Formats: sequence, structure tokens, C-alpha cells
Amino acid sequence: MEVCGSPAVTLREFGCEQSLLSRPDGSASFIQGDTSVLAAAYGPAEVKVSKEIYDRATLDVLIQPKVGLPSVRERAQEQCVRETCEASLLLSLHPRSSLTLILQLIHDDGSILSCFLNAACMALMDAGLPMSFLFCGVTCAIDVDGQIITDPTAAQEKESRAVMTFAIDSKEHKVMMSSTKGSFSVNELQQCVAVSQKASEKIFQFYRDSVKRRYSKIL
Amino acid sequence: MKETLLSNCERDFLLQAIAEKKRLDGRQTYDYRKMKITFGTDYGCCFVDLGKTRVMAQVSCELVAPKESRPNEGIMFFNIELSPMASPTFEQGRQSELSVKLNRQLERCLRNSKCIDTESLCVVSGEKVWKIRVDVHVLNHDGNLMDVASIAAITALCHFRRPDVSIQGDEVTVVSPKEKWDERYPSSDHVFFLSFCRTYLLVDPCEREERVMDGLLMIAMNKHREICSIQSSGGIMLLKEQVMRCSKIASVKVSEITELLIKALENDKKARKEGGRCGFAESMPQERITALKFEETSVEMTDVAERASDVVQGAEAPPLMVPSPVVPVPGVGQVGLGLQNTWGLEEEDDDEEEEAEECANRGEEGEEKVTKMEVERHKKDASREGQFT
Repeated sequence: MEVCGSPAVTLREFGCEQSLLSRPDGSASFIQGDTSVLAAAYGPAEVKVSKEIYDRATLDVLIQPKVGLPSVRERAQEQCVRETCEASLLLSLHPRSSLTLILQLIHDDGSILSCFLNAACMALMDAGLPMSFLFCGVTCAIDVDGQIITDPTAAQEKESRAVMTFAIDSKEHKVMMSSTKGSFSVNELQQCVAVSQKASEKIFQFYRDSVKRRYSKIL
Repeated sequence: MKETLLSNCERDFLLQAIAEKKRLDGRQTYDYRKMKITFGTDYGCCFVDLGKTRVMAQVSCELVAPKESRPNEGIMFFNIELSPMASPTFEQGRQSELSVKLNRQLERCLRNSKCIDTESLCVVSGEKVWKIRVDVHVLNHDGNLMDVASIAAITALCHFRRPDVSIQGDEVTVVSPKEKWDERYPSSDHVFFLSFCRTYLLVDPCEREERVMDGLLMIAMNKHREICSIQSSGGIMLLKEQVMRCSKIASVKVSEITELLIKALENDKKARKEGGRCGFAESMPQERITALKFEETSVEMTDVAERASDVVQGAEAPPLMVPSPVVPVPGVGQVGLGLQNTWGLEEEDDDEEEEAEECANRGEEGEEKVTKMEVERHKKDASREGQFT
């Protein structure tokens, strides 16, 4: 099952606002279509002795759902985000400190994990935490006809055969983290990876434009 | 994280300024900060900003069995979540004193004042009632959480639409909430926060002012100017005139806030009727330099197929595939072929085998036997392959 020709693979409109909360060191809201997430970053700050690591900072990621208390699903998503952040942050610059990243779900209309990743990256940038590269999240879905859809809505995700989220880094456009659900062939996986790498270029351009706009009055 | 202490000079500066009737942000003593109410994409979701304090409330509902003591009434559940996002001192999962206090106060105001008619939430008496759950998430703590949380809860409840229920005999069908308008309109209660610093009275304290205050007076009032609840904490002794003055201030403010709430609800209703998109995405301010929006873009897919097939071909051959399980007899699954026993042990402890003594005595070590996964798992010899019947 191949991608039929070059179908219109689109990313929904996205938007971002940085520094919207006054208490956290860095905060950002990221919107993909109707999916919106609010992220806040604190750090480097005091760490509990039990969680202290002697040569690195301790990164904590908390995902808050809209209704109810965090459950296993949130823990799984937290792990995905944490591993991506730990790979990109320069943790050894802040030993025996804590970095906390809190993600609040505002509205879920599909592609939620990639929205978490994008919001996380923008919040970490806003907090000024040193990173060796930026990262972004892209979600792909394979629908019943075998077509690849990027940035699916909740309705599209429900009807698709497989949903995959990849975290892509900005330096070499390689896959840092992948989280998949459903069944798909090896070929389809590689095609989705290639599509995500292409889509990530757009997102990184958006990051650049956001930051340029932000510092336009200073530069 | 531990709370950073307020330095003495900061404290003295604040108290001195309040004594001279000056506040940090230039407000008058009885002034409220600017309040903004926006709504989310689904019904029952609202954001309230009071100055820099930000709170989000979400109302959800489900059908449950009612409490046994009250079979005709629905259930209301309130929860204020002090998210670690709001302040570095808030911890996930920890029930801090502040969280208990806020939850208790919100429950008291909204439940005991009967602003929502719980009997109207009943679907089938004694069997099915609506459980309405209000979750308030504090996003940024800059003082006066109680006020904002209660306004958010009330606004979200006003905005919420309960799905329509149709009952046919014993079946209860829930229809999606697109059309049904929830008739109840709570008689907007507002909790009004006043704090005292020594003998000076401040309305709507910000976070710094809250740190230096001595005591707190909370008045919950509805739009009919009836006091629903009043709470004084901090051990400060108030004179009768002071309490009366506070309630007068409260009644003025309540009418202002109720007006704002109604206007916000109407604007949202109009926007939804016109079919425009509404929600957090739309309410993002465009003019700020810290905000940016990109239109829907398409992704180029020109060489995707080639790249993918290159990767697949360049990759190593996949590991040896195991054939799917075969079912020779119902209840027995068989995967692959068994291997020869390499333990080199004699067949001595056969007494443990409940059955198949006869096949054990057949001395089948030398033969290749088929490994079968049996439904009965009471055999301890799972490690000894090739011996089962």
C-alpha cells in the first residue's frame, strides 16, 4: 500500500503564544486547528534530595487532563515527552537542580501528543533553557484506504487504521521518539517517517518566525 | 518547591504603601483588576482572567445511580485543581491547606446556596441521575484565587449544555447536546474576597498583598443581594461597621460582575450562532508580538515514496518469522516445533506428573516432540519440553 501519487497532505493552521503566564519561568500555548495545549516550564530550581542527580538536572514532566486526575494514559504521554526533552536539553549544565514542565490540555481534537511536544519545545525556549537542538512533534494517520494523513483531527484518528506520532529534531531531522498505535507495514512506517520529516520543516520554520517576531523590536 | 520567603523590606514597603492608600499596581483600595471571560470550544469550558490570575473551568456530566438518601436528586461534584503550573509551590497530588480551603469554600457557596436545582437533574428516580462535575484548574496564581475560581465555576455551569435524554420504557437514550439548551440558569453567586492588612481593608489582593495580609473576609453574594456565605479567617477582629461596609462593597461589585458574565455569555452565543469558530484558538490575541499564527499549509510529498523504499531496502532482512499458531484440536494451540531436551537429566520425578506416566515411560527423550500449549496449566514441567500429551 503506497501513498497514492502526491495527495494533499496538509498541516492544520497552527498558532503559538509565548510568555502568557506570569509565574512560570517560561510558558507557551500551542494550537493545531482546534487542539490546544498550554505549557509552562520552571527551572532550574531547587530539587528534592530524593530526586537529585549529582551531575545532571532532574526533568519532571506533568500532563494534566481537563477532567479528572491524571491516569495511566497521561503517564505514558509524559514518558514520551520527557524522553524527547531529556535528549535535547543540556541537563549537565545544571546539576542537582530540577526542571519542571507542566502541560495542560485545553482541547483535544486529535494529534494531541504532537501538540504536547510542540508546546513543550516553545515553553522550554521561552524559559531560556539551554538545548542542543529544537524538536517538534508530527502525527500521521493511515486511513482505511491506505492514504497518509498528517495532523489528523479526532474524527480522522478514530477512523484510521494506524496513528503514529514522531518527534523530529531540528539539526538532522532524525526521529527522536515514536509512539504508534494500530497495524501497519514496514513500508508504511518508513513513508510516514519521511512525511513527518518533511512536515517538521514547516514547523521549524514556524518556530523561527515566532521567535523572530518576538524579538523584532529588539533586533 | 519551598516557598521563597518574603523579605522584610518588601513586607515593610507593602504595608507602608497600603497605609498611605497606595497599591502596587496603582489601584484604589476598593478596585478590582481587569476581568476577562472567554469560552472554549466545547460547552462548559471557560477561562477567567483577573489581572494576571488565570483559571480554566470545565463542566462535564455523566449518568450515574443516585445517592440512596436522595433518590430524586442529581449529584454535583466540585474540584479545584491547584496545578503546579500556577505557582512553583503547588505540588501535584498534594492536598495542601490552601487547596482544602478553596475546595471547601467553593462547595459551600455553590452547593448550599442552591444555585442549581438538583431535582431537575433526575432522569429516572432512584436509578439514573445526572452527575455534574466541575473541574477548575488554576493556571496562574497572582492572588484572589477564590474569587476567580467561583466566577469560573458559575460561568462554566451557565455555559454548559446537558445532553437531552429520552426515556422509552426501561431504556434511556442520551442524545448529543447540539440542540438542547439547558434551562437552568444559576442565580449567579459570586464570592468576593476582601483582605485586611492591620486595619486597612483591600479588595482583590494580588499575590504579594496576600502574603502580607493579616486576615481575610470572604463574602458570597448572589445577584439578589443576599449574602449566601460569609467567612472570616486570620483571627482579625472586625467591627460591625467594617462588616457592613464590606457587604455594601460586595453588592456593588456583584452587580458589575454579573453584568460582565451575562454579556460574555451573550457574545459567545451570538458567535456560535453565526457559525464562526470559537474557543481558545480564536481568543488568542493576534496583535501581540509574542503570538503568531500560520495558515493551513500543505506538505510536499514529492520524493517521499522513494526515500521510504530506499530506507526499507537498505535495512537488514527482518528476523526469522514465526508462523502463526496452529490449532490441531480445539483447546490446544501449537507454535513451532519443540526442541530436544538438553538438560541431560534422567526421567526420575515422574510422580509429579498427574497424567502421561505412560508416555514418560516411553522414554521419548530421543525423539523430537511437538510442543503444545495446553489449556490446563497445572503441569509443573513447563520447562521440560516434548513430554506432554
